[in-house]
Amino acid sequence: MATTTIIKKHEPSIGKRLRRKEDPRLITGTATYVEDLQMPGMHYAMVVRSPHGAANIKSIDTSAAAAMPGVAAIFTGKDILHIAGVPCGASLPGLRVPDHKILAQDRVYFVGHPVAVVVATDKYVARDAADAIEVDYDVLQAVADPEKALAPGAPAVHPQWPDNTAFTFHQEGGDIEKAFKEADVIVKERIVSQRLIPSAMEPRGVVASWHAAEKSLTLYTSTQVPHLVRTLIAQMLGIDENRVRVVAPEVGGGFGSKLNVYAEEALMSFVSMKIGKPVKWIESRRENFLTTIHGRGHVDYYEVAAKKDGTILGIKVKLIQDLGSYHQLLTPAIPTLSVLMLPGLYRSKNMSADIIGVFTNCVPTDAYRGAGRPEATHGIERMVDILAAELKMDPAEIRLKNFIRNEEFPFPTATGLIYDTGDYAAPLRKALETVNYTELRKEQAEARKQGRLMGIGICTYGEICAMGPSPATPAGGWESATVKIEPSGKVTVMTGVSPHGQGEETTFSQIAADALGIDVEDILVQHGDTAIVQYGIGTFGSRATAVGGAALHFALQEIITKIKKFGAMLLETEDITYSDGQCTCNKTGKSISIKEIAGAAYRAMKLPANTEPGLVATYFWEPPNFTFPFGAHIMVSEVEKETGNISIKRYVAIDDCGNVLNPLIVDGQVHGGVAQGLGQALWEQAVYDDNGQLVTGEFTDYTMPRAHMMPWIESGHTVTPTPVNPLGVKGVGEAGTIGASPAAVNSVVDALSPLGVRHIDMPMTPEKIWKLVNGRNA
Amino acid sequence: MIPHQFDYAAPKSLDEALKAIADGAKPLSGGMSLVPMMKLRLAAPDRVVDLARLKELSYVREEGSALHVGATTIHYDVESSAAVKSKCPLLAETAGFIGDVQIRNMGTMGGSVAHNDPSADYPAALQALEAKIVLKGANGERTVSAADFFVDTFTTSLEEGEIVREVVVPVEAAGTGTSYAKVLQPASGFAIVGIAVRVRKSGGKISMARIGVTGLANCSYRATAAEKALEGTAGSDADIQAAAALVAQGADANSDLHASAEYRTHLAKVHAGRAIKAALGKTA
Repeated sequence: MATTTIIKKHEPSIGKRLRRKEDPRLITGTATYVEDLQMPGMHYAMVVRSPHGAANIKSIDTSAAAAMPGVAAIFTGKDILHIAGVPCGASLPGLRVPDHKILAQDRVYFVGHPVAVVVATDKYVARDAADAIEVDYDVLQAVADPEKALAPGAPAVHPQWPDNTAFTFHQEGGDIEKAFKEADVIVKERIVSQRLIPSAMEPRGVVASWHAAEKSLTLYTSTQVPHLVRTLIAQMLGIDENRVRVVAPEVGGGFGSKLNVYAEEALMSFVSMKIGKPVKWIESRRENFLTTIHGRGHVDYYEVAAKKDGTILGIKVKLIQDLGSYHQLLTPAIPTLSVLMLPGLYRSKNMSADIIGVFTNCVPTDAYRGAGRPEATHGIERMVDILAAELKMDPAEIRLKNFIRNEEFPFPTATGLIYDTGDYAAPLRKALETVNYTELRKEQAEARKQGRLMGIGICTYGEICAMGPSPATPAGGWESATVKIEPSGKVTVMTGVSPHGQGEETTFSQIAADALGIDVEDILVQHGDTAIVQYGIGTFGSRATAVGGAALHFALQEIITKIKKFGAMLLETEDITYSDGQCTCNKTGKSISIKEIAGAAYRAMKLPANTEPGLVATYFWEPPNFTFPFGAHIMVSEVEKETGNISIKRYVAIDDCGNVLNPLIVDGQVHGGVAQGLGQALWEQAVYDDNGQLVTGEFTDYTMPRAHMMPWIESGHTVTPTPVNPLGVKGVGEAGTIGASPAAVNSVVDALSPLGVRHIDMPMTPEKIWKLVNGRNA
Repeated sequence: MIPHQFDYAAPKSLDEALKAIADGAKPLSGGMSLVPMMKLRLAAPDRVVDLARLKELSYVREEGSALHVGATTIHYDVESSAAVKSKCPLLAETAGFIGDVQIRNMGTMGGSVAHNDPSADYPAALQALEAKIVLKGANGERTVSAADFFVDTFTTSLEEGEIVREVVVPVEAAGTGTSYAKVLQPASGFAIVGIAVRVRKSGGKISMARIGVTGLANCSYRATAAEKALEGTAGSDADIQAAAALVAQGADANSDLHASAEYRTHLAKVHAGRAIKAALGKTA
């Protein structure tokens, strides 16, 4: 059986710009999304939603709709009383948690609030029937702005809590009083991170199929967290968890908006159980705008104390978080991430933060790419620039002065984190070199002489990634992987993360291919189906590779140990090496391939001592810490005085995400992240009017960044591997978003600084800039 | 995003289509506005008659000193037509600013003109070109000037049962320079303001100026005060600025999330200046 045939030398795939395995099916339109699923007997659901921000429901008349041919059933709030509310996974002391029923009871709390569901034999009938349901409302005064909601006499979102305050939260570290007492200078600013609409390319969608005889439910849903959905939907509906199968088929993006359990997932399951047919519900874009979570929604009041040499002594913030009307899965936890991120990359050990979580008559906010960290980074990086301007210091110099020094890692922060490793000056220096900073400042001085408004904006940022150690997360922060070497020697990897655009089918193939010394094409990565894959946590918080990839690494180590046992038995020697997909006897040079070993392991004619047949290994890995990537972005801009138009002259993004497994994918993450960060800085805003109507309720008014609006992104890296996981990777999914908005605003503020401008809130629309140029408040 | 149920017909001839329209069917010509409105259930016609498939209305013809553009000619065909580019470049340039590639491949001249969105691009050019709109109904044809055709927001002088059959624009005389300047509403791509300019010079003076404005007010219009200010001048920068300052005269400017009335008016003046300058640059 053993041969001396030389198997081709394995060429490492890690570090190569491999094209994504996922792309052919996406590009050719052959991927299967929830909307593509068809089943015999399938019915179609439409949700009747509140057109009001706040109203009492006086009556619901479903008779006309029920009489329409093809309508199978209609359900309203009274039908779902036995179903537990939409879960909030975050716990904070004193948190007020409204009962979030999957259909409104006697009152609606936001435009889009589900009031009834109609199910019919086709979606057109369902849509017409939804229109035929008459809901009589007694409209109430809504409140849509968090600061207005806190004002005395504001309408109460939830009548039982007239102050509209869901929670307050205080955290401090060091001695903030002393820091402010010793300060030479204190700078203050109100900084808004406006509400954003995550806008995944694929809206949400659900197909629920109840199998009465087996008392089992199959739920297809466009989600980032199929296992969490399974656990929580089983709880909500009172079904045994082992009889619930959740499948996340192809998922067209999430950006955090699908890191959730939504009313419709439970509602469609309930409907399928009631009518005994599979039920499909696909969210329209309008519904996506109104009812899928929004991101950000902060009004922050910052104070920074410093010495006149620029040394930052302490940071204070009062953070007002617009929660919306309910808590979705992580709603109240998101601003606490902002607080954790508050020290940024700086040495100051004195901080104080107060969060006020405010109910408004709007759709809930929750995790959106960066989830609390972009807001904090935006605030702190703006404040550092404001401090530099106050002290007439160069913004690069003040950052270099305050960075945590390389020898100080691991660095315990004022917020209780331990930063793993860092070289914060490195990406900043690289970015400064890339733009030729000294020359650029001269060019700027020249431009100013000519009356032109040119700006240079620097942002240096840190992140909290690889979420995370289990004690620091609401649902467990470990991740799982299974490696199955099939009898043919082909390899199936099952990962508990549920990628939805991140490319882990490719990067995880690379990890497995290099560990096993086989071709990337010999590996298939499966995910997103709870009936196939062992329990996992999911994809969010820049964790998939840094936690899930590490779990895979350890599963591969276990399988290699087992491969070597079989190899030793077959080669009749203990002195063997495993490499390039084969076990080789170190003395004779005789080798045996993984294919032959797999065959023998499953045929099991003979087994090594204390060894089971088969070649499967599963590993659940608990990370010892978060990872803390960092980087520097620089944006060069010019403002046209006459119109307020901002043109981006250069955009440089230098990221340190540790080791880079696939530079093509990492570049893509940075590019997409920068696009979303610039989207917030320049264009995007979810605007509610005083009645709780979403003014930017369509893509015709909500400005998504598009390719032609993007600058050329000059991206690069420094590499500081993390010791937290064996791959040395830190996560890169959110970096671009976190770095971009402060770089952009710092750049435009720098451009307008000769006019005395010190801060601009986002989005920096041309009209706002034009007014500032003309010496008026925006 | 599902419309009410409706019947759809794609007649083979204009006469057949007109008969259906006379019977109350809603004309569809590209569907770039009507279809989204139907999907949002803001419009709910029982019957839709699709004109865009009428090949007999898809043409650009030169007849004497005029170009005739059939109602179902898509924007891309106007933008890329050699005849339009050389004989009436303002129209081709304006067509190139409409929406995006997909929209320019679906939307039609007649559909856009008949819909009369206050932020649409074509009306600015057609006002400046003093275009004629040929309307046809079951009872025959009539011709209306652009100034009379565009009445108010989404309102034209089309009578019940009538459709736009074609648009007639002049073949530009030698020495005419034209330009269209547009500020895009960043989300929708419609015009926050759009300024279409035609100028001709003779003997060192501007002998003719026509300026059409869209997006600023409830309906497109000709900025006659600005035109008059420009005519007879040498077209110096000061002349241009003086004329551009009058471009919003008499207009009641729109205000929305993307541009207040004040800013919109300012943009109209800035871009009128730019469009006049660009047009003058092409008179040589």
